[in-house]
Amino acid sequence: MEKRFSSRSMKQSYDWRLIGIYLALVFIGLVNIYASIHSSEPSSIFDLSVRSGMQCIWIATAFGLAALILFVIPPRVWEGAALPMYLGVLFLLVVVIFVGVDVKGSRSWFSFGPVRFQPAEISKITTSLLLALIISSQNFKMNRLKDFMKVALVIAIPMLVIVAEKETGSALVYTGFIFMLYREGLSGWILAFIGVTILMFILTLTASPYTAIVVLLAIAMLANSLRGREAVRNTLICAAVVAVLVFLPSYISKPMYVLIGLVVVAVPVLCYLAYKHKNGFLFFTVIGTVIGIMLSFSTDIIFNKVMQEHQRKRIEVLLGIKDDPAGVGYNVNQSMIAIGSGGFSGKGYLHGTQTTYGFVPEQSTDFIFCTVGEEWGFLGCLLVIGLYIALIWRIITDAEKSREHFTRVYGYCVASCLFMHLFINIGMTIGLMPVIGIPLPMMSYGGSSLWGFTIMIFIFVVLDHQEKKYF
Amino acid sequence: MESPRKNKLLIGLLAAGVILIVKLFIIQIVDDKYKIDASNNSMVYDIIYPTRGVIYDRNGRILVGNKVAYDILVTPREVEPFDTLLLAEVLDVEPDFIRGKMAEYRRDRRKIGFQSTVMIKQLPAENYMRFAEIAYMFPGFKGQTRSIRDYPFNAGGNLLGYVSEVDANFIKKHPDEYRPGDYAGKTGIEASREKELRGEKGYHIYLRNSRNQIQSQYNDGESDKEAVPGKDIVTTIDAVLQQYGQELMQNKVGSLVAIEPATGEILALVSSPGIDVDELADIRRHYDKIVKDPYKPMFNRAVQASYPPGSVFKLVNGLIGLQEGTLKPTDSYPCSMGYHFGKHKLGCHAHTSPIQLEQAIMMSCNAYFCYALRYTLENRKYSSIAEALDKWHEYVESFGFGKKLGSDFPSELGGTIPTSKLYNRVYGKGGWKFTTIISISIGQGEIGVTPLQIANLSATVANRGWYIIPHIVKDSPDLTIEDKYKERHYTMVDTTQFQMVVPGMWRAVNSGFGSGGTASIAAVPGLDICGKTGTAQNPRGADNSVFICFAPKDNPKIAVAAYVENAGFGATWAAPIASLLVEKYLTGEISRPDLEQRIMEGDLMWRVKKD
Repeated sequence: MEKRFSSRSMKQSYDWRLIGIYLALVFIGLVNIYASIHSSEPSSIFDLSVRSGMQCIWIATAFGLAALILFVIPPRVWEGAALPMYLGVLFLLVVVIFVGVDVKGSRSWFSFGPVRFQPAEISKITTSLLLALIISSQNFKMNRLKDFMKVALVIAIPMLVIVAEKETGSALVYTGFIFMLYREGLSGWILAFIGVTILMFILTLTASPYTAIVVLLAIAMLANSLRGREAVRNTLICAAVVAVLVFLPSYISKPMYVLIGLVVVAVPVLCYLAYKHKNGFLFFTVIGTVIGIMLSFSTDIIFNKVMQEHQRKRIEVLLGIKDDPAGVGYNVNQSMIAIGSGGFSGKGYLHGTQTTYGFVPEQSTDFIFCTVGEEWGFLGCLLVIGLYIALIWRIITDAEKSREHFTRVYGYCVASCLFMHLFINIGMTIGLMPVIGIPLPMMSYGGSSLWGFTIMIFIFVVLDHQEKKYF
Repeated sequence: MESPRKNKLLIGLLAAGVILIVKLFIIQIVDDKYKIDASNNSMVYDIIYPTRGVIYDRNGRILVGNKVAYDILVTPREVEPFDTLLLAEVLDVEPDFIRGKMAEYRRDRRKIGFQSTVMIKQLPAENYMRFAEIAYMFPGFKGQTRSIRDYPFNAGGNLLGYVSEVDANFIKKHPDEYRPGDYAGKTGIEASREKELRGEKGYHIYLRNSRNQIQSQYNDGESDKEAVPGKDIVTTIDAVLQQYGQELMQNKVGSLVAIEPATGEILALVSSPGIDVDELADIRRHYDKIVKDPYKPMFNRAVQASYPPGSVFKLVNGLIGLQEGTLKPTDSYPCSMGYHFGKHKLGCHAHTSPIQLEQAIMMSCNAYFCYALRYTLENRKYSSIAEALDKWHEYVESFGFGKKLGSDFPSELGGTIPTSKLYNRVYGKGGWKFTTIISISIGQGEIGVTPLQIANLSATVANRGWYIIPHIVKDSPDLTIEDKYKERHYTMVDTTQFQMVVPGMWRAVNSGFGSGGTASIAAVPGLDICGKTGTAQNPRGADNSVFICFAPKDNPKIAVAAYVENAGFGATWAAPIASLLVEKYLTGEISRPDLEQRIMEGDLMWRVKKD
């Protein structure tokens, strides 16, 4: 009885733990923004002439927005207003290309005097809401082509417009919706296919197309071997074939011809076998492999022709193809030095030498994590990453508990966006990802970003709350 | 309603978190590279240069000191339009030089950034003072003190060596010790004692921002390090004697070495022509001229040149014969204008005949020492002449010939003393006999020795049978020299045998003109100089003039070797030079001003073939 009562009272309340994590991250963000701009002449953290003071204003207004969402705006509005809001923001996204101010080459900011505002930050929310609306509708089937195309369009349109604004980083975040789609029934093979494609791309660039194809064949063969009845025998055969392919280049000057010959002979045979044994999996892996091989050959074209110069450079630096510590690699190099020099427990608050003396560029916005890494060390990084993981975890479990399909889908959208920001941003500061300018949620300096995430999270909080009221 | 895909996604989330944390663990805890890079990034080491150690002579006179000079630094970012002509005038440079430099800075402005660079090195203090008065007119220009070498005495240029800025090659060889802009000793004592002289650099650490502007002192200066001044070096050189020796040797090619026999300390070591200290002080300007000079002033002949010793080597052959028992002081041999063998003869000059050992030394008889060496090599004790020659070689080596003496000169030459192996190679085994190699009896032929080794022979005879390795650095409060410079090295000849040759050397000098003594010109009443002349054949022209001597006869205070290229008889140039040096050292004055004048004014450079 008691347990039931307590769980009941919990349900009736807001998810305070989630809000607590949000507040903690906002606070950590503020003190680190202060540390990052703190130089030899320290001013007060609340000094409005510096960024930490401005961030206080952003935080206060963000809290106001949160209160508005929690207590004033009726929660049911979000579902109903999803489509008009989506269209409205889409309109703003297009308009900003023509009337926006140029900030570091991208035209994605509206400017109202001193206040600047980036519609892309809001677009994530409206897209999430519309996605939730569509997917939660009665007769939506994810794996039905018509429905899937609808979803894909909702994601792709704002994404493409944002690419047109030259905000590639923000656009990349939209790819995170794949996780939500997966949860809502999208075939896992698409996820796997994307994963293998990225792997092929990287291997082709860093090693050679041959290596990439051998790895692809190994994955495909292994997947089939493990599924079959005689898994051990098949795996051993597969390992032998891979071993021959690995050592082939040492003996033959043009191993690629042998490889292609092998594939050309094997594909019809395998297709026939698949047909005979009604083995759909085999058929799909064969097709997937052929597409993969073609992708590997076209990587060069994509990389050199489709991508822009600066993107290509960033990827080259990330993959270690070219070393360029003074140019493109400068940011990453400095950022890694700052974080790496923090050691286990950091240099102490306001005692960082790299971040306080301005070696790291953009240190209060995109590179705010450097300050954490340098002054708080490994322990601080653990804490911050732990908080983000806990936040996303909490949103996923809350979403999963929800009885409203709309809330669940929206929750997964929020979790996906947060995850993409987290992984890309921190990954960038420690050299795991190319330099992609997106903020660290709640911590990076800036009103647009803070407002955007606050609205996004608190809509979820209020949705989560209001539906619990009915039980 | 919960989907299994939720768990897969949560596992994926955790995996992503772990990937980030593992990478952080690697760069923050495992890999030290970033910590090192961080300190390079933000700390500025402002180097404090130590003053270089002072080099003293044996009597406490400063041979090499320090004086202040100024480097003119420019911070191009702070420079405002200025009066180029005025600046050029006070700095004593061409206006075009300044214009060129400024253009260079403009070109490299991105690389230079907010840093300062050195525009003019080692500006003399007088010029700097003139600049300092009007420095306010030239923002962005400032002076930085550097201590440079100062030479109060024109003594021992070659010995002291020079100091110059390290080049890229040098830095590559000593990667952790030197950085661009540092100075290091390149030759002589400056090079051999570089470790002691240079001291340790200190530094102030400042923190700077990414625009290279200094922000504050790091750790309130607690991590700063003071510079440790270089250690002083006391040399064995007598500055006055050294300077006098240089004057005697001026306009001659050769060496003059003086050793204190009891200690092995080198009192003076002249290699002529040498380098004036004025040139050392400003080596950059004179370097080209010095390198191009056909007489190679940088080449320290006293330790690096190998010459035939000539007749002074008769002493060694005589002593070996005495020790082997094949020669007795009373043995007398005939000499009819030389030693005859078959149709050949090894010539000699006119003197009385037959003569005993003492006279043979006094008159420097060639025939006598041919007999002496012949009986040493044809000794029945040995199975063959080859074995006897190798025994002879062993004896000669014990005098410090044929190998490096082990002095504290960085590039000492060992010289050559022939062995049976050498002659076997040249003439074939058994293809040679005594008469084939007869010229080594009189210090010619395959024998090559350095003037330092000849001086060491003089000291060995002065000590009656032992020497201490000649050296140029003394013990001092800052520095203890190696024990090997304190040990006596005995030759294989008993000390008693030396008593047999000293009287001959005394008589060579002190018998008066007309007596047949070869070195009467070296005599100074009361000084008891003992000496031996040598006239060594030089395939490149006139004979070399050689003389060794020590004085006084008992308890000698100084042993000298003089070796003058293409100067003829030992008695004409080498003997007067050596005896004047001895006189200067023992009495402090010269009783033979006419002789001194003749020597100092003598110009033999024209006789020496240039390369």
